[in-house]
Amino acid sequence: MSANRFDTLVLHAGAAPDPTTGARATPIYQTTSFSFRDTDHAASLFNMERSGHVYSRISNPTVAVFEERVAALEGGVGAIGTASGQAALHLAIATLMGAGSHVVASSALYGGSHNLLHYTMRRFGIDTTFVPPHDADAWRAAIRPNTRLLFGETLGNPGLDVLDIETIADIAHSNHVPLLVDSTFTTPYLLRPFEHGADFVYHSATKFLGGHGTTIGGVLADGGTFDFTSTHLFPEFTEPYDGFHGMVFAEESTVAPFLLRARREGLRDFGACLHPQAAWQLLQGIETLPLRMDRHVANTRKVVEFLLAHPAVEGVAYPELDSHRDYALAKRLLPRGAGAVFSFDLRGDVAAARRFIEALTLFSHLANVGDARSLVIHPASTTHFRMDAAALAAAGIAPGRIRLSIGLEDPDDLIDDLKRGLKASQKTVSSAGRSSDGSRA
Amino acid sequence: MMLEVEGAPAYAYTGGHAFEPDRPVAVFVHGAQHDHSVWALQTRYFAHHGLNVLAVDLPGHGRSAGPARRSIAALADWLVALLDAANISETMLIGHSMGSLIALDCAARYPLRVTRLALLATAFPMTVSDTLLDAARDREPDAIDMVNQWSHSSIAAKPSCPAPGFWLHGANQRLMERVAALGEPHLFHTDFSACNAYAEGLQRAAALRCPVQIIAGRHDAMTPPRASRALTDAMKQANVSVETVMLDAGHALMSEQPDATLTALFSFATRRV
Repeated sequence: MSANRFDTLVLHAGAAPDPTTGARATPIYQTTSFSFRDTDHAASLFNMERSGHVYSRISNPTVAVFEERVAALEGGVGAIGTASGQAALHLAIATLMGAGSHVVASSALYGGSHNLLHYTMRRFGIDTTFVPPHDADAWRAAIRPNTRLLFGETLGNPGLDVLDIETIADIAHSNHVPLLVDSTFTTPYLLRPFEHGADFVYHSATKFLGGHGTTIGGVLADGGTFDFTSTHLFPEFTEPYDGFHGMVFAEESTVAPFLLRARREGLRDFGACLHPQAAWQLLQGIETLPLRMDRHVANTRKVVEFLLAHPAVEGVAYPELDSHRDYALAKRLLPRGAGAVFSFDLRGDVAAARRFIEALTLFSHLANVGDARSLVIHPASTTHFRMDAAALAAAGIAPGRIRLSIGLEDPDDLIDDLKRGLKASQKTVSSAGRSSDGSRA
Repeated sequence: MMLEVEGAPAYAYTGGHAFEPDRPVAVFVHGAQHDHSVWALQTRYFAHHGLNVLAVDLPGHGRSAGPARRSIAALADWLVALLDAANISETMLIGHSMGSLIALDCAARYPLRVTRLALLATAFPMTVSDTLLDAARDREPDAIDMVNQWSHSSIAAKPSCPAPGFWLHGANQRLMERVAALGEPHLFHTDFSACNAYAEGLQRAAALRCPVQIIAGRHDAMTPPRASRALTDAMKQANVSVETVMLDAGHALMSEQPDATLTALFSFATRRV
């Protein structure tokens, strides 16, 4: 058959009419377990002599459609659905290494990922060195004999640092370790990290893949490129695993020993699987991914243009602007757009930012991104509220920093809403002891 | 299992089960630009159901050292040398695509060594178009793209192989790319040229002394079912026992229909003859 293009794969990859009922949409296989034909069939499924479903923690037909579709869109060899994006990151780390290992990670990470690496995995004996994503020498210098993974985000948090995937992948591969990339903000529609050298990709599918703010889920995809047999660093894949019939995963599959172990060990033992109903809801989102991402990006460009010209805005951080340090890299890696999440700095202090947020009527004030609806959050009063002004400055977060996730509404309505907020933010507060910008007199 | 064959290291996967001297043997032979892993599920089942399994990496493919052999006959000779190295006196031979020609040639020329012969996605002649041959020589990535597209009949084969969640097109593409990257120059062209040049198919088919099973994919665009008819006719005229199994699959039978392929093969391997 001829190759199918992206916009066709979002609808068809991994799914055909149900062979039993003819149902055209992917059914929700709401079942914990699957009957065996006979005892030999049961044994052969458990021993990976046949493919099929046993128990929905390990695999499920609805979840498998989601996994195969994401793998197709990413250009990988397969994928594993997980309970959340965080579960996908944990699954990748726990499959690749154990206590005594080391990760080199970009310092520009989602806070949850930073927590996992900096605090939680350290408690389990896995250490992480954080490096500035742009500093190739820092990545090289941080690698130790026990390093097993390099990790970054396609668009880093909070300044939208664009990861130079090819350069970091080269550094990883010259040290015989893989590169894992969090591609949540870009989705395969805007960027396919495997084409630039990444070995594994994961998403918080909760965001743009699902796209409707309804469903928590994650997915970990394998590019099938990393050769575990080329190094002695990964006995988990090249030596018999007593925990699964003595299987040598790299003999069993030339291109995907990682996926085999992640499913047979990681899903089995850690159990952070994706629910079939969640997989189904995420599939509904993926079906319109190209349409939505084009609209997300188009709306974002209009909002960015508006904010740039507004006197109450001190600056906008979006990689499509030539003021952004990664402008050239974004132009090369993200020709379809640099996503729909960005930050801007409001003129004024924390109080001004609060007035801005509270005056908005269309933007929803919440801690998420990638919804069909537009979202707003003020880091200094929410995610980073325990920090004082000095600590915020040290973290590079201005008191008036606002993060927006641009949705699919009419962009003129979004701009009208922002106008209201900006006007409110700059109002003089007459209450005693406060100056016009809200700071204490 | 690593063996030394014709003076070079050769690898054969044993299906995740230790080789035991007294069991019947099944040797699996992959096709062009592939390796042993295309047989993952079928070999693992065989090895855990009473048979010794060797799924070879042909020379220059996977973990077996080159040089790649340039003719089907040379590959068949190499296969017999591998049987010698593994102390196997007789075996069932199972081949896919190019591997089916190797198995056919081997079974006909070494009749005392082969007890049964299974030919998957076979054809004679196994003509390769000039366009594909040229691409394989000059633009290997393009040739890999073409063959990958033609190898699959569906973008939703269920259950996926070797496990749910695998994207068969991506896995096959990456396997061919990985085999290409091993360093054997123009391997795809070498393999295809060997298929294209093989002229002894009908003669070998008529010389067979063991029962034959042909497994064809109804939607195979590379070696369509009709392309095996001449072989079947030659076998029947020579009173060779031959059965044909038709599956709802493309060229990539083992991954698009892993269960049906296994059921057919295992039934053939274990029935009394």
